[in-house]
Amino acid sequence: MAQLTFRTAVQAALLQEMRRDGDVVLLGEDVTSGGVFKTTGGLLAEFGTDRVRDTPISEQAIAGAAMGAAMAGLRPVAEIMFADFYATCWDQVVNQIAKTRYMTGGQVRLPLVLRGANGFASMGFGAQHGQACEAWAMTVPGLKIVSPSTPADMLGLLAAAIRDDDPVLVFEHKGLYATKGEAPDGEHVEPLGRAARRRAGADVTLVGLSVTAVHCERAADLLAAEGISADVLDLRCLVPLDAAAVLESVGRTGRLVVVEENPGQLGWASSVAAIVAEEAFDALRAPVTRVSGGNVPWPVARELEAEVDVTAVRVVAAAHRVLQHTAVVRTIA
Amino acid sequence: MEPSTGPGSAPSDAMDLFERMVFVRQFLERVDVLYRQGAVHGPAHLGLGQEAIAIGVASVLRPDDRSIGTYRGHAHALARGAPADAVLAELLGREGGICGGKGGSMHVTDVDHGWYGSYAIVGAHLPVAVGLAWASRIRHTDEVTVCFFGDGTVNIGAFHEAVNLAAVWRLPVVFVCENNQYMEYTPISAVIPTQRPAADKASAYGLPAVVVDGNDVDAVREVTAEAVARARGGGGPALLEMDTYRLKGHSAADAGAYRPAAEVEAWQRRDPLLRQREALVRAGAAEADLDAVVDRARAELSALADRVLATGPPPAATAWTDVWSDGSSRWRS
Repeated sequence: MAQLTFRTAVQAALLQEMRRDGDVVLLGEDVTSGGVFKTTGGLLAEFGTDRVRDTPISEQAIAGAAMGAAMAGLRPVAEIMFADFYATCWDQVVNQIAKTRYMTGGQVRLPLVLRGANGFASMGFGAQHGQACEAWAMTVPGLKIVSPSTPADMLGLLAAAIRDDDPVLVFEHKGLYATKGEAPDGEHVEPLGRAARRRAGADVTLVGLSVTAVHCERAADLLAAEGISADVLDLRCLVPLDAAAVLESVGRTGRLVVVEENPGQLGWASSVAAIVAEEAFDALRAPVTRVSGGNVPWPVARELEAEVDVTAVRVVAAAHRVLQHTAVVRTIA
Repeated sequence: MEPSTGPGSAPSDAMDLFERMVFVRQFLERVDVLYRQGAVHGPAHLGLGQEAIAIGVASVLRPDDRSIGTYRGHAHALARGAPADAVLAELLGREGGICGGKGGSMHVTDVDHGWYGSYAIVGAHLPVAVGLAWASRIRHTDEVTVCFFGDGTVNIGAFHEAVNLAAVWRLPVVFVCENNQYMEYTPISAVIPTQRPAADKASAYGLPAVVVDGNDVDAVREVTAEAVARARGGGGPALLEMDTYRLKGHSAADAGAYRPAAEVEAWQRRDPLLRQREALVRAGAAEADLDAVVDRARAELSALADRVLATGPPPAATAWTDVWSDGSSRWRS
């Protein structure tokens, strides 16, 4: 097993796929020097300026050029440095990249990846560099959405995203870049659209994505100390969504807590909750509960960040609520 | 549906160019009639009066060159060889539409003939054109990409991001501004601080300012051939501004009443078809032969419209195809 950080896993995936396929090219701001988050180091030396290309600060041109290159048969990987910057090229992403295959009746394929740093991470990045933006993309059909939680998945899912023939947005949580883990030796590719069970349990289902999957694992450990067993699912992808895994788990536990970092006023957890309410209502023994980031633009001061952030402790509290609800129902009955 | 060829492929002489422009003119006139009859589902933006640019530019391209443009793109698609019956079927929402009924008038695309599509968000396709040209660079092939846009496009950010990136990377892309003097209903002079929407921006990107009479098909061909040859040879991009005029409104729903009558009359005298006709007569062509060209095209388009109108709608189930490269629209795994 190879030791990786989440950060070096990005580089490892790019190396693996660029060595394998000469059509894979990388573009973005500062990518030749390794990038702001140090995820693309060493690529220029091996692949040259044809395949590793610095761009101006021009997100529309970056995303649009990736689309054009993909239409012409390449497999571009475009770095959007902070996911917040998708707002500057959202037309390219949701009006062009997401829709052009459909609008042309399938005349083109768009095998491209847009990737970059996402999320809050209590690092003082504030409201314009610290948002969890993955749910933005989920409102528009035509985009696959990946957000890994471990170095092995960062490697395997980015590799799969690059090999995929459709547009994939990969959201890399900036709070995870320094985390360490093991990845299989040799080539590693993890199929898109399959949730991973991080803890097996029978009392409550905890569903997370990226950093919130990590929160769910910690919450499960805290709950285990109380004698409560939590089933933890790491969705890994929002599109394709492994709803079947969630429905299967809720079918056994009857209780669901969905944990997202984005604001809860309209986040992806609402969609997961709605699917369970529509398709597994009879299995539920308590209302579905969401734990979401605060419905405010993200603050900066450490204490204010803590006020609105998602934590394992908040996940534990939510699990307690759904478990207590069942107890109340039983008492009345 | 019987195949219809349209005016694609290399022209032989001035008469051939005239016939191509006449065919496109008759196509657009027919669409205008069909729109008034309620047969066009959705808006239709007609390039009546701008035919010399679409035909002239296409006539100097190789079949493997790429072109891409705007929602006012019927003429450009036909000029590359898109089958007229499939284009009309798309506009009318009939079976056999070139985009399967999923694009409509504003998104006519025919990749097989090098027409990489019509884009309805102003400016969005300029970055895509850059990506198409970048792919040629990476693959060390020598296709050129031509990107058409309107004068109103110079005020949106994507224009600047794209032209800058193409210039910095010296990519083989020829940007063609069809200056039809109006951004939708507003004179372009009211929204730019200098006289020339595109040419006055060229020096900012290190490109020569080129202005050409876009209603003179020979002038269009000459300046385009020069720019394409330079781009093909590695000389980088070009920004060409071609003066022209929309003989009717912004869309078929717009009578264009905001335009002074004297201005319209002056441009009617510069109608590119009229001028090509006069040139042919000067060179010895018989008026009767030229009339016959128009009559033949009118009859062909009339018969074509009847055939397309007689076909059924696309199968309802096809609304659910072509989102993803596997042909499906499934978002849950």
